[in-house]
Amino acid sequence: MTVDVAFWLNAYRTMATIREFEERVDDLYRGAIMPGLAHLSIGQEGTEVGVCLALRKDDYITSTHRGHGHCLAKGASPDLMFAELLGKEPGYCRGKGGSMHIADQERGNLGANAIVGGSAGIATGAAMSAKMRGTDQVAVCFFGDGALGQGLLYEVMNMAALWKLPVIYVCENNQYGEYTHYTEVAAGEIRARAAAFGIPAEQVDGQDVRQVYEATSRLVEAARRGEGPAFLECVTYRYRGHHVGDVDRRYYRSRDEEEEWQRDRDPLQRLARWLTLEEVVDEGAFEALHEQVKDHIATAVQFAIDAPFPRPEEVDQDVYAEAPV
Amino acid sequence: MVVSDAPSVGAARTLTFGQAINEALAEEMRRDPSVFIIGEDVAEAGTPFKVLAGLVEEFGTQRVIDSPISEPGIAGIAVGAAMTGMRPVVDIMFGDFITLVMDQMVNQAAKIHYMSGAKLRAPLVLRTTLGAGRRSAAQHSQSLHAWLSHIPGIKVAIPSTPYDAKGLLKTAIRDDSPVAFFEDKMMYRLEGPVPDGDYVIQFGVADVKREGHDITLVATSSMVHVALGAAGTLAKLGIEAEVIDPRTTFPLDKAALIASAKKTSRAIVIDEGYERYGVTAELAAVIADGAFYYLDAPVKRIGAMDVPVPFSPGLEDLTIPNEQAIVDAAKTLCGRA
Repeated sequence: MTVDVAFWLNAYRTMATIREFEERVDDLYRGAIMPGLAHLSIGQEGTEVGVCLALRKDDYITSTHRGHGHCLAKGASPDLMFAELLGKEPGYCRGKGGSMHIADQERGNLGANAIVGGSAGIATGAAMSAKMRGTDQVAVCFFGDGALGQGLLYEVMNMAALWKLPVIYVCENNQYGEYTHYTEVAAGEIRARAAAFGIPAEQVDGQDVRQVYEATSRLVEAARRGEGPAFLECVTYRYRGHHVGDVDRRYYRSRDEEEEWQRDRDPLQRLARWLTLEEVVDEGAFEALHEQVKDHIATAVQFAIDAPFPRPEEVDQDVYAEAPV
Repeated sequence: MVVSDAPSVGAARTLTFGQAINEALAEEMRRDPSVFIIGEDVAEAGTPFKVLAGLVEEFGTQRVIDSPISEPGIAGIAVGAAMTGMRPVVDIMFGDFITLVMDQMVNQAAKIHYMSGAKLRAPLVLRTTLGAGRRSAAQHSQSLHAWLSHIPGIKVAIPSTPYDAKGLLKTAIRDDSPVAFFEDKMMYRLEGPVPDGDYVIQFGVADVKREGHDITLVATSSMVHVALGAAGTLAKLGIEAEVIDPRTTFPLDKAALIASAKKTSRAIVIDEGYERYGVTAELAAVIADGAFYYLDAPVKRIGAMDVPVPFSPGLEDLTIPNEQAIVDAAKTLCGRA
């Protein structure tokens, strides 16, 4: 077997970038530099990167409140993201969106959504639009296990199946919706819900970026060929709390459980171990890479800290799009 | 402010309100291939009101799309399609069902342009109905346009004549922001002059449907016709009422309402939404604020009675603003009671 070293090192770099990004977000929160809260996806990098690696730049994604990783995996710039998180003028949304609403239309990112399951319609509509416009773009709808309780998801899955729309529903099952384990709130078998609409449904280990990439690539290519939607459940884990302020988690999960996932299934360690075992990369390469990522992110944070806030007169600008009537 | 339906282009014909809507959609779909219709029974059935009859024959099922009974789903799909280059027109059969699409309209469509720092836009039109009187009871009779008028990011059109309906719907389809378009289901067979050819009516421009100098009757949708009826009765009593139709609740032609109230010194606002916290409250506040020193009486509001719309005809009719209520209020305000 030949290993595409550059491809997988790039995947590793993106995962490391996401993790470093999220660690610095936590710092900005603790240091009271960032207004509000943020939802970190540390632990879920394998899913975010594995899915987005299978997409083209002009393919669409919709993201969630836990969306920094999706943005970065789809190619967003950390400096403009940090600026947005700090409510600064050069941010992706000119400081009007914040952590939960970053959109980057140049890379097909139709925005993160703070309504759980709220973007299922948008992703499905983007897929319908791609089909109507005769492009071969594909849309990926990221959502968590928490969104499995939302009716909208099933309404649009029904239509996507009926009309063979090129949309992949990616369920990032990180085990917990807020502070509740998914088995307490989701009846039956998750994939069976998609299968009921005749949508092919698969489950992968979301902590293995190679598995996620392989499955997504297959499903995306099928969607591109006009074979319709697919459903991919990525089993993953949120190392941190529901949001940065959720520090004491013992009432809903054990420290042992958290440590077990981090010790045995970490997506970065797994990819590094594989690349090392295949003897294509020596361990020193990862250290150097981490140093580069740290520098890159530190520069991005500083850019955001130094950036100006929006001017007060921007408050009522862009409520409505200019009408070309 | 514009004075009445003076067709500016082409020869005048007589069309029904429903035909005017149909014609606006057909012309816009011919003009712009990104416009499509999605909704329940919009294709071969042409909706229960037959407003869309014939469109699927011309444009096919790829552009006149029958959906499942899934209002949140079709609204959500429309938002996504609108964000990626299409101009969907969503058909929500009864205005009462906008409760089901509120997340997509309020949290998604209305917010995306502002929230994305003007990167994204959602140019969709949500067509739906309002109005009681059809003996359809509490879940098929409400006028809930105030709900969407409340939300920054959404524009709301509420036409009263075939001419206005066609021109406003074309503007709605060409607008780059989400627009909610409310049609009184009791007006689909109302006839009026509509010129041949393409014309648009700008949003935020009120129309004076009848000139007068004694009292201003601000009315929306079918209430314009109720107000015109009342104005006829008042004329026989020597009270000349001015009837003014804002045509869009947002953007709102505040200047026109205030100017008319300043001229007449008295105003009644009539709208078929619930009176409580409704459109009448907003319009009355605009007049009270802008014409305070010119008013000879408090601004009076007449909305639908604050009860769920009852089924039994005698009860239902009591809940809808009527000519007599307007005449009585006008006489009181003019000191003629």
